Amino acid sequence: MEILMSLLVGLFFTIGTYLILSKNLMRIILGTSIITHGVHLLILTMGGLKNGGPPLLGESFAAFTDSLPQALILTSIVINFAVTALFLVLSYRAYKTLGTVDIEEMRGTADE
Amino acid sequence: MNNVVILPVIIPVIAGLMMVLFRKKIRLHRLLSVLALFALLLVSIFLILQIETVGIQVLQAGGWPAPYGISFVADMFAALLLLSASIVALFCLLYSFRSIGREREEHYFYPLFLFLIAGVNGSFLTGDLFHLFVCFEVMLISSYVLISLGGTGRQLRESLKYILVNVVSSSLFLVAVAYLYALTGTLNFAHLSVVVAKVGQEGLMTTVALLFLLVFSIKSALFLFFWLPESYSAPPTAIAAIFAALLTKVGLYTIFRMFTLIFYHEPQITHQFIGVLGAATMVLGAFGAVAFSDIKKILTYNVIVGAGFVIAGLAAFTADGVMGSVFYLLHDILVKGLIFLIGGAIIRLTGTSNLNEVSGLIRYHPYLGWMFFISALSLAGIPPLSGFVGKIFITKGTFQAEYFWLGAVGLLTSLMVLYSLMKVFMNVFWGETTLSKEKEKGTTKGLVLPISGLTALSVMLGLGAEVILPYVRIAAETLLVPSQYIKAVLGLGE
Repeated sequence: MEILMSLLVGLFFTIGTYLILSKNLMRIILGTSIITHGVHLLILTMGGLKNGGPPLLGESFAAFTDSLPQALILTSIVINFAVTALFLVLSYRAYKTLGTVDIEEMRGTADE
Repeated sequence: MNNVVILPVIIPVIAGLMMVLFRKKIRLHRLLSVLALFALLLVSIFLILQIETVGIQVLQAGGWPAPYGISFVADMFAALLLLSASIVALFCLLYSFRSIGREREEHYFYPLFLFLIAGVNGSFLTGDLFHLFVCFEVMLISSYVLISLGGTGRQLRESLKYILVNVVSSSLFLVAVAYLYALTGTLNFAHLSVVVAKVGQEGLMTTVALLFLLVFSIKSALFLFFWLPESYSAPPTAIAAIFAALLTKVGLYTIFRMFTLIFYHEPQITHQFIGVLGAATMVLGAFGAVAFSDIKKILTYNVIVGAGFVIAGLAAFTADGVMGSVFYLLHDILVKGLIFLIGGAIIRLTGTSNLNEVSGLIRYHPYLGWMFFISALSLAGIPPLSGFVGKIFITKGTFQAEYFWLGAVGLLTSLMVLYSLMKVFMNVFWGETTLSKEKEKGTTKGLVLPISGLTALSVMLGLGAEVILPYVRIAAETLLVPSQYIKAVLGLGE
């Protein structure tokens, strides 16, 4: 199971990297989102994917899944949510001000 | 247990949150932020004195014992950095009163500034890897907003690049955390150190160590500094100064923490790699500083040279080298902040950052000129000033470790740093006065005060090095002997 997940994470990273290297700002932001998905899956996988009950004390299982990676992922998801929201708003604002979403055209001029 | 340890994080957060409630009351904002930073200053002095007499101070959040909860740890290294960070933040804040403009002030400049400081202080004090990530994000998200606050075309463009680089490096940070968790099963620094020492730092562990080095190299502009020069030239002076003084230093601090506390078992791989990175950083940064004729560019490339120099002391990993790095880090925080403030004042006066369009400023602004001169000499490491003490110890350390090439690169780049800053001084301040008093684009009224305060402090740091050195020595000792840190965090039972 871990091997399958690792391959999936690798795929996410590949796609994300490819998208980040493109010229369109929207594709870059999508790329960062996909990489973050890969990271979250990686944290889950690295915590171990053994069988066990959900980490709730009310359930009567002999073994529970590791609860720490889940807490880490939850924290990371909200942080990333905030950053992506800011990134999207900034790119919208940049589109309004600079009139382009092509990062090749976002070069400085001397008179700024 | 000592509840004072958490104050440097809580004070700016509470003050910032209070300010958010009263958006239009700028006077209140100013008063509160000065009070908060002054309180930080007092708390960090208190912490330094306490650490000197009692030892490393630890707070286990929520009362949970060490590896299970989050620990806040204040050792001498962290406390010294807290002190210099709060000093430079206070002066940047005073500078921003006169320079930042009402528009930005009304759009939460002061709360964001304090949240940035909270993130920086949290990164210095935390004893937990994932909490370090969270503090980094607190710091970075505030810096994203500060860099784009005002919304000029250039700021927007540079903030997009800055955010992209940092989102990617934060993702890599999490990847490294995940790998390390899989290998060791813990996230607490002290416990990590114990576990890594037990299982040994072989193959996989060294790979993870290098991944951490990659992440923090991006954050601290060590060799992977491609994002820094443009992003630090875009925002207004007060913001650029606080970035240059603090943000990269947090990355450097973390490299020190990781490679003295956790990954110190394979120095022939990791520390040599750090040395090569440091040398490359110094050389490339110095080339950048020499190449440009734009004040902002020259100053930002000097930030990069400084980062390379600090890390050379770690690569040497001898008592003198580490001591020099700690001292140089303190000096660098103060003087980089200072020189950015002076550069900003020059640009405000002349309306341009191009060296070739200005000359003879010393005629009407002698104080500004001589203070720039002092800070330039200090950055280059001329004896009575503060840069000298750090540089001599780092150079001695690299020679003791027989990294002669590293020491030589450090000395040569010091020369190039001196050349680049003297180029600014001679072009801007000497020569025929082309800019008459009436034609000046702005005024330095109110700006000279924080600049001269910071200059005085940096001169005192050089002249009174004897006063600071005992504390720096304690800091270096706790860095070189990680058992003290582990004992303080995990308790004597371990």
